[in-house]
Amino acid sequence: MNKFLWPLIGFIALVVLLAVGLNLNPRDVPSPLVGKPAPQFALPQLHAPERTFSPQDMAGKVWLLNVWASWCVSCRQEHPVLVELAKNKSLPLIGLNYKEVRGDGGIDMDKIDAASEKRMAYQRANGWLQAHGDPYTLTAMDLDGRVGIDFGVYGVPETYVIDKAGIIRMKHTGPITPDIFSGKILPLVAELSK
Amino acid sequence: MKRWLICLLFALGAAGLHAKEAAPLAEDELTEKRMVAISSELRCLVCQNESLAGSHSELANDLRREIRTLIKDGKSDGEVMDFMVARYGDFVRYRPPLKGTTLLLWFGPALLFIVGLGALVRYLRRRDLAVNDSPLSAEEQRQADALLQAKDSQP
Repeated sequence: MNKFLWPLIGFIALVVLLAVGLNLNPRDVPSPLVGKPAPQFALPQLHAPERTFSPQDMAGKVWLLNVWASWCVSCRQEHPVLVELAKNKSLPLIGLNYKEVRGDGGIDMDKIDAASEKRMAYQRANGWLQAHGDPYTLTAMDLDGRVGIDFGVYGVPETYVIDKAGIIRMKHTGPITPDIFSGKILPLVAELSK
Repeated sequence: MKRWLICLLFALGAAGLHAKEAAPLAEDELTEKRMVAISSELRCLVCQNESLAGSHSELANDLRREIRTLIKDGKSDGEVMDFMVARYGDFVRYRPPLKGTTLLLWFGPALLFIVGLGALVRYLRRRDLAVNDSPLSAEEQRQADALLQAKDSQP
């Protein structure tokens, strides 16, 4: 009995370790930005290019920042969840359009100048929102992805929960599912809105 | 003749342009070297098994450009590293710093090795005790001799 006890315990421990490891999502990299102030930026708005949006504009509110692009396949998957959430107008949802043109692998950037890139980006983003519904309070346009780098964006879609003081409270990488929204995001927003 | 002269002029002009472009490249060699050295230490978050230096992903391109800009702005290697870690976390570093949360990562393999070595030593000692000298009985000795002799007599 004793002879097999320790190897058995060792084996079970190894299996548990491997099982936990296999079930972790390697995409779920903990963001060092959680608990820190949201990086500042000023980017033109999709529907009013002459006006800029900056996170300071949202001071005093709990809000969501959702990074999206029309070329992003998973964004299409999460979009209905966002449209549903937008029906309840209490939670502001700001879109950050990430590299609309140059993020699309199919476009040769050497053949496009800055002005046409901008024109194309606005056209594509607007077209996509018209086709799929626009859940966003407003969308800011990050054409070159520089703001994305400050937010540590590495896979679209990404969603940030930002509190009244402008501190990032949560980051979700990948599409938001109804479970994640009602199970994780909503309770956190309720807590922060108190 | 005139046409030839114009052609020659254009050719010379083009050669001159070329020389002008080459100069900043040589100057950039150091920047490029530092960029490659730093980005080899960083993980590409899109293709997690590739380094930032070796990855062809869109984000890796952006980040390499960002590192170049930081170097040209006079930032030290450490400052560039801090810039990346502030945005993407310790996970981007292939050699994460030694701290509470990374202790197991740094010393886990050594710990497993020591445990394994201990188990092996224990096992060998026990086996040694189990096969401790058990002298042959008279009957066994006789059988063994017979076998050895039989073998010797074979061609």
